[in-house]
Amino acid sequence: MIDIAPTIATASSRSYSWFDLAKRHRVLLASIFVLIFPFVMPFTALAVNILIYGLYALGFNLLFGYLGLLSFGHAALFGTGAYLCGIAIVHFGLPWYAAIAIGVLSALAMATLIGSLAIRTRGIYFAMVTMALAQCVYYIFYQAVDWTGGENGLRGINVRAIDLFGFHFDFINPLVRYYVVASFVILAFFVLSRILASPFGAVIEAVRENEARARASGYNVVATRLITFILSGGFCGLAGSLAALHLSIVPIESLHYETSGMAVMMALLGGMGTFFGPFVGAAVFLLLENLVSLWTVHWQLFVGAVFVVCVLFFPEGIWGTILKRIKP
Amino acid sequence: MTATAASPIILRTTGVSKMFGKFVALNNISAEFERGVITSIIGPNGAGKSTYFNLLSGAFRPTTGKVEFEGHDVTNVAQHRFAHLGIAKSFQITNIFPHLTVHENVRVGLQAFVSRYDIWRPRSTVPGLAERADELLALVGLKDRRARRARDLAHGEQRALEIGMALAADPRLLLLDEPTAGMSPEETRVMMDLIVRLASERTVILVEHKMKLVMGISRRVLVLHHGELLAQGTPAEVRQNEQVKRVYLGQREH
Ligand SMILES: Nc1ncnc2c1ncn2[C@@H]1O[C@H](COP(=O)(O)OP(=O)(O)O)[C@@H](O)[C@H]1O
Ligand SMILES: [Mg+2]
Repeated sequence: MIDIAPTIATASSRSYSWFDLAKRHRVLLASIFVLIFPFVMPFTALAVNILIYGLYALGFNLLFGYLGLLSFGHAALFGTGAYLCGIAIVHFGLPWYAAIAIGVLSALAMATLIGSLAIRTRGIYFAMVTMALAQCVYYIFYQAVDWTGGENGLRGINVRAIDLFGFHFDFINPLVRYYVVASFVILAFFVLSRILASPFGAVIEAVRENEARARASGYNVVATRLITFILSGGFCGLAGSLAALHLSIVPIESLHYETSGMAVMMALLGGMGTFFGPFVGAAVFLLLENLVSLWTVHWQLFVGAVFVVCVLFFPEGIWGTILKRIKP
Repeated sequence: MTATAASPIILRTTGVSKMFGKFVALNNISAEFERGVITSIIGPNGAGKSTYFNLLSGAFRPTTGKVEFEGHDVTNVAQHRFAHLGIAKSFQITNIFPHLTVHENVRVGLQAFVSRYDIWRPRSTVPGLAERADELLALVGLKDRRARRARDLAHGEQRALEIGMALAADPRLLLLDEPTAGMSPEETRVMMDLIVRLASERTVILVEHKMKLVMGISRRVLVLHHGELLAQGTPAEVRQNEQVKRVYLGQREH
């Protein structure tokens, strides 16, 4: 009898360190997955889409999952990134990398604007205010036809080749395109992981856990929320920029509230507050959309049903549930 | 600056009132709190003690009146600034970070004074915090609980943890709202001992509704009743006060 306890303790501490090791190298593991991902997908364009929307959901999840703030206006950040990246190419003839930088920077600026206006509200009010502001952004881009193409979307974002460090990449080739996008996604994994592990990451946790205590401990909760909102916007702006390059067009739907809702669904489906969950959510969402729409036009009904089942029976999301099961 | 820091009065409220809508929770309270001693605020439930406590700790702004800390007007200072001024508190209802470990709870408390907006360095590289957190855990008697999740602690341990978190601010003024609420007699004794020990190095303001508990350790006592300052003075003076006797009459266990 006496021997049992130490044995169990050793076993569990050993398996704990296995889980811990995987967690410590989550960027590496996620990157490896992303690198082999296109070979398990039915077609490469879908894999690119999953990367882009996975990145979008990842940025959204920083705010929603890690800080606990539900935004219903993240389409404005994704769309601003997409449009400004596209405008930089179509109207100013800038190279792709400058266009991406402009897309990200303008999403950061948009996040600063929307965030400053919305951040003092909370809960359902925050969701409503962000949604209303995102609708304003939709309307502005919709009206600025000369710049954005209005309801036809912004067309003609033609990036045929990517020249980097003396290398020439054919951006028309789907697999090459995939790996170009994947390198940005891996960079985003790395940056997100740094943020989560940083002192500010600890502040995000503290505010999510208990706002009153965080405030009493000396943290400015409003500033923390705003900075997190802006950081979240940066990731979403990068996703939008990559979407613009990938599709060669920015549809006005990028700014639609359905795009905002998509981030919520993907994060919940995959598992909010988990590192890789939003990606899983995006993959499941887009796979269902693509596969189910092959045999029925009512695919949204199907995706909706899966979503409801998930929320009811796996409230931690698909990835969150898997993590819980394998966690020693 | 040195003159105010050495001043015997650490905290002062001048005519503070707090209304919730039309309800007057606190009416025109003027009081001074002496540096380096324990002052207790007592009164029956609903007297307005927590409301007053929240004014002192910056959680509420008074409807009228002024709060001064070390000679500076802090009436309109944001709550999160209080910890940086040197005022820390524990709440009446336990307020911790439930899903973080006990150690991380205190470490985060310490981090607020070193690094708040660094998004790049690993948090483990902020020097000294982990060690200091362990020292504070030892001080409040939670050393062997450091790796537990805070929400898995016993109630009394959570209260001790919250005091550990308040100490992370290394406050000159420690505000405690019913720190023994819901505790067993044994836990209460341990907590009161801890408070006395802490008070040897800093000013403590203690809110309590059990009169008996604080009489032995307080230099001064304020009695609130229906939002009014009913009496104040040394424990002996307060005990002799006729109005106080009437308020506590029949509450034998106090
Ligand atoms: N946020 C609030 N809104 C409305 N009434 C409140 C609020 N906080 C406290 N009160 C009321 O103020 C009175 C004093 O409450 P409180 O300060 O918590 O008393 P105590 O801590 O002495 O038990 C009570 O009648 C309580 O109902
Ligand atoms: Mg109270």
